Amino acid sequence: MAPPADARLRLEAVRLTALYGRRAVVKDVSILFPAHTVTAVIGPSGCGKSTFLRCLNRMHELSEGGWVTGRVLLDGADVYDDAVDPVQLRRRIGMVFQRPTPFPTMSIYDNVAAGLRVNGHRGRRALDDVVERALTQAALWDEVKDRLRASALALSGGQQQRLCIARALAPQPEVLLLDEPTASLDPAGTQRIEELCHELKRLYTIVIVTHNMQQAARVSDYTAFFYLGDLVEVGRTDELFTRPNEERTEAYITGRFG
Amino acid sequence: MSGRSLRRHVTSGLMTGLVAVLSFTAVLALVLILGDLIAKGASSLNWDFFTKNPVPAGQSGGGVANAIVGTGIIVGLAALIGLPIGIGTGLYLAEYGSGRLGWIVRFVADVLNGTPSIVIGIFAWTWLVRPMGGYSALAGSVALAALMIPMIARTTEEMVRLVPHSLREAALALGYPRWRTSLRVVARTALAGIVTGCLVGVARIAGETAPLLFTALGNLNFSTSVTQPMQTLPHQIYEYASGPFEEWHRLAWASALVLMSLVLLLGVTARWAIRQRHGAAR
Repeated sequence: MAPPADARLRLEAVRLTALYGRRAVVKDVSILFPAHTVTAVIGPSGCGKSTFLRCLNRMHELSEGGWVTGRVLLDGADVYDDAVDPVQLRRRIGMVFQRPTPFPTMSIYDNVAAGLRVNGHRGRRALDDVVERALTQAALWDEVKDRLRASALALSGGQQQRLCIARALAPQPEVLLLDEPTASLDPAGTQRIEELCHELKRLYTIVIVTHNMQQAARVSDYTAFFYLGDLVEVGRTDELFTRPNEERTEAYITGRFG
Repeated sequence: MSGRSLRRHVTSGLMTGLVAVLSFTAVLALVLILGDLIAKGASSLNWDFFTKNPVPAGQSGGGVANAIVGTGIIVGLAALIGLPIGIGTGLYLAEYGSGRLGWIVRFVADVLNGTPSIVIGIFAWTWLVRPMGGYSALAGSVALAALMIPMIARTTEEMVRLVPHSLREAALALGYPRWRTSLRVVARTALAGIVTGCLVGVARIAGETAPLLFTALGNLNFSTSVTQPMQTLPHQIYEYASGPFEEWHRLAWASALVLMSLVLLLGVTARWAIRQRHGAAR
């Protein structure tokens, strides 16, 4: 069987260590995210899972005292190479945060178009198409198509989060990073986002950080368990949850700590 | 009711009453000033007051058109100079000012903020009036701008700092360069606050007299040339109020009423601007 055309497309961390000043919060982590899969990153609060995610699109270095060692390979090229412009990189790796962050001064349309405009896309017709496509992918189009000019703040929390997903998708990134995207949503909103993960992995490589193990089990193909900055175990989600190799993984997923 | 509970209730009642009396006193001051101004100034407000220039001492009639236009020009020019610099400084302090340079700029701004306006006037005289060879409206505007810049810078900084960090991160994660994040997302979100700060800043300097004494000097005639001495409302009030003529006192009261109304108008506009933004954004 011939491999899919974009089989090379993948993200990989190699011996990645993330630090604040002299304190390492992610320690020597190596992990591969295959193309068109969803990988869940789980672990108790403060285990470094969010920081790890922020290393992948070079957001960690923007935090006070934040720096990294090791490599992150996108299609085999190190994103920490001197020749790589982090601003350009972040256009290839989209990110959605814990809380919805629509730009309050912009309309729904302008929020989705923001990432394209910053790239220099200005053609009216082309923008319209991309905005509709992104909103459709984020399962928000039907709810907002009649009020694209309304303020983004007029939307509910769950809608705002899907708007943020649409905003991240509009520039057509290759990878989508989700940092506890359902933490501030109700069950219905959570379900919508989880369904989206299934839809979107056909087009993107997705890494989702979550503190909710049921969610990890529901949405992901692979799961990585972090504890105190270490990557304890990574494997196929069904195997990791049923037959974990590590004592600590089992203790965490059975609820003995965390 | 037990003794302790009763005492708490009595204390609570007394304190509430005290605070109410104090706030009433604060409001009363404003009401008395406004009332007095209207009582003594409103009767002198007529068409001539706004359109005529001052007449020679001792004669009756005349107006303060030159001072009203002068205040407009000098304050407008000061805003033109001061607002861009002040807003730029505030943005810099909020977005990039965590280092040593930021600390220094912030410290200088705070010191400048506390500098008596008459001292600013003396410096404007030394550095502008003397080298330029004469008093001028421009020198007055520069003095007022210098007074305004640290105020605008600090309020802009505060307003920009109120913008949630998560919004900044969202823009950066979307591939916004840092400068564009600052201007397009952060500054735009803080715009209502920045505009309010600017209006309040302009209102503050519109009533300044001391820095203008050494710079714009005052002018009995109508003048729109910024390189010449120019009359302003505060200066006009100062001259008329300290003069010996009853007619002058009347005009001083009316001028004070006009100046106060201008300042109030700016304040109300600032309030309205906030309300509008929040109404639209909510």
